[in-house]
Amino acid sequence: MPNLAIETHGLRKAYGATVALDSLDLDVRAGEVFGFLGPNGAGKTTSVKLLLGLTRPTAGTGRVLGLPLGHRGARARIGYLPELFRYQAWLTAREVLSLHTALAGLPAAGRSKEIDRVLEVVGLTGRDRERTGGFSKGMQQRLGLAAALLGDPSLVILDEPTSALDPVGRHDVRGIIREAQTRGSTVLLNSHLLGEVERLCDRVAIVTKGRVVAAGSMTDLLGEPSVRLQVSELPADRASLAVFGPLSDEDGWLTIRPLAPERIPDVVAAVVALGGRIHAVDPGRRSLEDLFLNLVRGQDAAAVEAAA
Amino acid sequence: MTPRLILVIAGLTLREVARRRILWVLLLLSVASVVLVGWGVERLVTIAREQGVDEVQIRIGVSQVLIMIAFQFSFVLAMSAAFLAAPAIASDVETGTVLAMLARPMRRADLVIGRWLGLSVVVAGYAAVSGLMAIGVVGWLSGHTPPAPLVPVAYLAFQSIAVLTLALAFGSRLPGIAAGAVTVVLFGLGWFAGVLGNIAIAFGAAPLAGLGNVVRVLIPTDGLWRGVIYGLEPPMVLLAAAGRGGTAMEANPFFASTPPPVSFVIWSVLWVALVLAIGVRLFNRREL
Repeated sequence: MPNLAIETHGLRKAYGATVALDSLDLDVRAGEVFGFLGPNGAGKTTSVKLLLGLTRPTAGTGRVLGLPLGHRGARARIGYLPELFRYQAWLTAREVLSLHTALAGLPAAGRSKEIDRVLEVVGLTGRDRERTGGFSKGMQQRLGLAAALLGDPSLVILDEPTSALDPVGRHDVRGIIREAQTRGSTVLLNSHLLGEVERLCDRVAIVTKGRVVAAGSMTDLLGEPSVRLQVSELPADRASLAVFGPLSDEDGWLTIRPLAPERIPDVVAAVVALGGRIHAVDPGRRSLEDLFLNLVRGQDAAAVEAAA
Repeated sequence: MTPRLILVIAGLTLREVARRRILWVLLLLSVASVVLVGWGVERLVTIAREQGVDEVQIRIGVSQVLIMIAFQFSFVLAMSAAFLAAPAIASDVETGTVLAMLARPMRRADLVIGRWLGLSVVVAGYAAVSGLMAIGVVGWLSGHTPPAPLVPVAYLAFQSIAVLTLALAFGSRLPGIAAGAVTVVLFGLGWFAGVLGNIAIAFGAAPLAGLGNVVRVLIPTDGLWRGVIYGLEPPMVLLAAAGRGGTAMEANPFFASTPPPVSFVIWSVLWVALVLAIGVRLFNRREL
């Protein structure tokens, strides 16, 4: 059994009659980037708060970094970027980070260097003497990310880390998350930007209405990548194409499954070399978005049926 | 509790008060009021002397003026304490800052107690500086200085710490404005019950006097205010009052014939600890 950074069993949170999280079963392996997806109100932020001990579960159990939920020993090794927050407007960026190194209990000797490091990682070098009250939302988010990365935590929990960022910022954050992973952190990425999750995450879980409705690696969830070609004038003998993978005809499309996406140009070249005329190329894999929409809408449909 | 983290939060609170210019506004206000008071007392003493008023009577008059100033100042101090402390936790919750901080290996108690410590230093420091400044200026202009000026100032600081503790405790559960309003109402109620209780003692109305005592135990701010008055009175006023039947004098809300009993002071210290503990408990149970 792999070493788990997070495991929960039937975690539930109800506020009176309102159920924020129905029953969460989650396994996040140490060292992976794990995507936690779901529509608004699915219970993602509630889950994160439960993992950090910021709120207590109504039922269920869980362990984070091998310790019970909310344990201070675990929290000492977690970096967390909350979803909606503002730092103390009267502190400078450096003072915010300095406060967090003190709260995290990082050794006093290396604090200043560590602050310089994370400032550089998030691209705020040179802005650290400015008060955060004057920061744009994007800069606040970068600062929050820097705070979450202080001290190379074993687990980094990011709740919508790119919601306030422009495309450049989002690109930067992808790099930052990959770097955190190579430095040995497990990353729990809570997001509804599916493209981002698809590019970054080793595994994902999709939650709707407070339950995990799908979980696994991208291949598990999306099936293997393939390519479909609409070709005319292709000679009957196309055995030379079999080197790329198993061939089949699906609704008049020539299909090779599985096929790594980077081999698609080679397939195209080979078809052309055989004298085929290509009208369309469709890199086939369900996108995470398709799956997500199906699952979320499917749940809605099931609920409508159940009600009827 | 982790003392290191409590000190980090207390330091943060001090920095906040300084950065947000609250401290400077408060100091500026007290300098302005001390100048005004000094001018008033100087006028009073000069005119009285010109008219040949007895020096003893002038000193008694000035001591009464000083008590009135202290009363007004205790009110300002209580308001400042209430409105500094009430949003201290509430605003951290509203901005979400508290989520980022409490995800660190700190207890919620560290945050509440750290906030309390930092604000107590601010409020007590403000009371000490302004109180001693007023007593000093009045003494310099009129020749009247209370026998032990540190005693009334200490009671004044203690009273404002009691108010701030109450506001912080409410603020750990309620929105800042609500917590501030409830605290101010309770503070006013405590003062009013104290006045009423003393009138009841003077009239020999036992049940009402008993009620006054109950409120004084529940909200010790008025009892501490009596300590301020007692500390500001010249000994001769006390002697004169004792000769003329101290009980009747008790009806005067600006007079105290005895200092607060030691048992009451000990209770007040316990009360502050208790209210702070309740605040921690309320905050511990709060959903963030």
